[in-house]
Amino acid sequence: MATALSLTHLGSLMRGVRSVDEVGADERAAALAKRSIKKSSKLWALDLAVRCMDLTTLEGADTPGKVAAMCAKAIRPKPGDPTIPSVAAVCVYPLRIADCVEHLRGSNVRIASVATAFPSGQSFTSIKVAETEEAVRAGAHEIDMVIDRGAFLSGDYQRVYDEIVAVKEACGPAHLKVILETGELGTYDAVRRASILAMAAGADFIKTSTGKVQPAATLPVALVMMESIRDFVRETGQPVGFKAAGGIRTAKQAIAYLVLTYETLGPDWMTPDRLRLGASTLLNDVLMQIDKERTGAYQSPDYFTID
Amino acid sequence: MDVRKTYKLFVNGEFVRSESGRAYRPDGNVNVPRGSRKDLRDAVRAARTAFPAWSGRTAMNRGQILYRAAEMLDGRGSQFIELLGGGARARRELDQAVETLVWYAGWTDKLSQVTGTVNPVSGPYFNFTIPEPTGVVGIVAPEDDALGGLVRRIAPALCGGNVVVALAAESHPLAALTLAEVLATSDLPGGVVNILSGQRKELIPWLAAHMDVNAIDVAGCTGDEIKSIEEAAAGNVKRVIKVAATERSPYLVSAFMEMKTVWHPIGV
Repeated sequence: MATALSLTHLGSLMRGVRSVDEVGADERAAALAKRSIKKSSKLWALDLAVRCMDLTTLEGADTPGKVAAMCAKAIRPKPGDPTIPSVAAVCVYPLRIADCVEHLRGSNVRIASVATAFPSGQSFTSIKVAETEEAVRAGAHEIDMVIDRGAFLSGDYQRVYDEIVAVKEACGPAHLKVILETGELGTYDAVRRASILAMAAGADFIKTSTGKVQPAATLPVALVMMESIRDFVRETGQPVGFKAAGGIRTAKQAIAYLVLTYETLGPDWMTPDRLRLGASTLLNDVLMQIDKERTGAYQSPDYFTID
Repeated sequence: MDVRKTYKLFVNGEFVRSESGRAYRPDGNVNVPRGSRKDLRDAVRAARTAFPAWSGRTAMNRGQILYRAAEMLDGRGSQFIELLGGGARARRELDQAVETLVWYAGWTDKLSQVTGTVNPVSGPYFNFTIPEPTGVVGIVAPEDDALGGLVRRIAPALCGGNVVVALAAESHPLAALTLAEVLATSDLPGGVVNILSGQRKELIPWLAAHMDVNAIDVAGCTGDEIKSIEEAAAGNVKRVIKVAATERSPYLVSAFMEMKTVWHPIGV
């Protein structure tokens, strides 16, 4: 599927993407977000949220020291409590990969790096490919690329497609997550079209947002993307993962995404191999909710390490 | 036209129904929201968010706002007198509540001069102690004195720069819930005071055990309640404030404060 697709094929693929019932998507997402998860199910969901988390820092001010601290937290989110699992991965800028390699040695935490002129994606394809190759060489297991929204919105799907194919090739063994930046796509129809395009071009994961644009991840957009994945899998048999990122700050939001995933893609997707939650400040709230369930008292951020 | 009023909780500067949707009838006539532990959780979160800005205000500004609350309370005097049962006794309770607010409004910028100290120490240090607000303070209003009891506890807590989550008297919460309307129009930032109504036995344990509440005022609690509150408060070493609140005193303000002592080297 990921091999070069001719222009006519791509055109018919894009035209074949059916439109999304916007009101229906909003309503279904809102209804599923209201579902109440209690007690042991909640603890299970919170544990899964930690295991599926991409602990992220994407700031201009990231230093080796800050990344080292984050890596320590990724391996052991709550010092002194071995019952809390490690997170799935850390997500950093390419220059910080080396720090992660050093500090995550011997752990199962993967290293994800953004690449391809993150967050705008407005650069030359050759540079994007070179950046991806450098990142993989530096030790990244997963690459989070952004699509060229300028090309996508002006209807140049071929360019977007070719670029994803080129970056996927540059990834080699590394997994490729394709960021659609849904906040800039405008409509659910465009989100669905971009999702199908990215999956057809060989994405291992499709991801909502960079976190640098408002609105970032929203539940209805996630639903539209998950339904695209479901349809794509039905058509091709190739499983594709989903990553929500941007604006997920509370355990409650995280659980809503888990419910949505379960109801749309089923239990096979309730694993870090196919579901990720990208967040910089979510982990502490999840830890606080776990402690709240265990102790029966509401918790305070004073007693948790700083994100 | 007779418009019947819907009493609501006061959380984060907004008037909201209980998230549980429940209500109870303390006097068999008016529906009052029966707050749940989740309303309490929201209130504490709102208070915690409001704390840095409120404690960072100048003492003079906090005084102005407390004085404004007194003005607003006085302006709605007739409504409160009616809620308190009318007559000379109600009039007296209202007047005392207004006076209490004015009195503590005057104390905001005098507190550190009176309770702070410069300590003589045998060493080359400039050593001084200043009061700092404790943080989020839970207040359980006494069941008698529907208005005065709560004002006498909230005013000193606010005076020092604390933020408050208050439980209104269970048996007559109307004055407390109406006091929220006074505070909402007094330039008090949202979340600085939150007032919940509901059942004491349902709310007090969650307030006492909440790790993000730094102090709890038990002036309105029974002996049994205080015992279980103290046990739960040990979880995060909450300050349990037990001073009787019948008088006005700057020491009632300092009961809500932490004393910070600074050792500053000199001649080095």
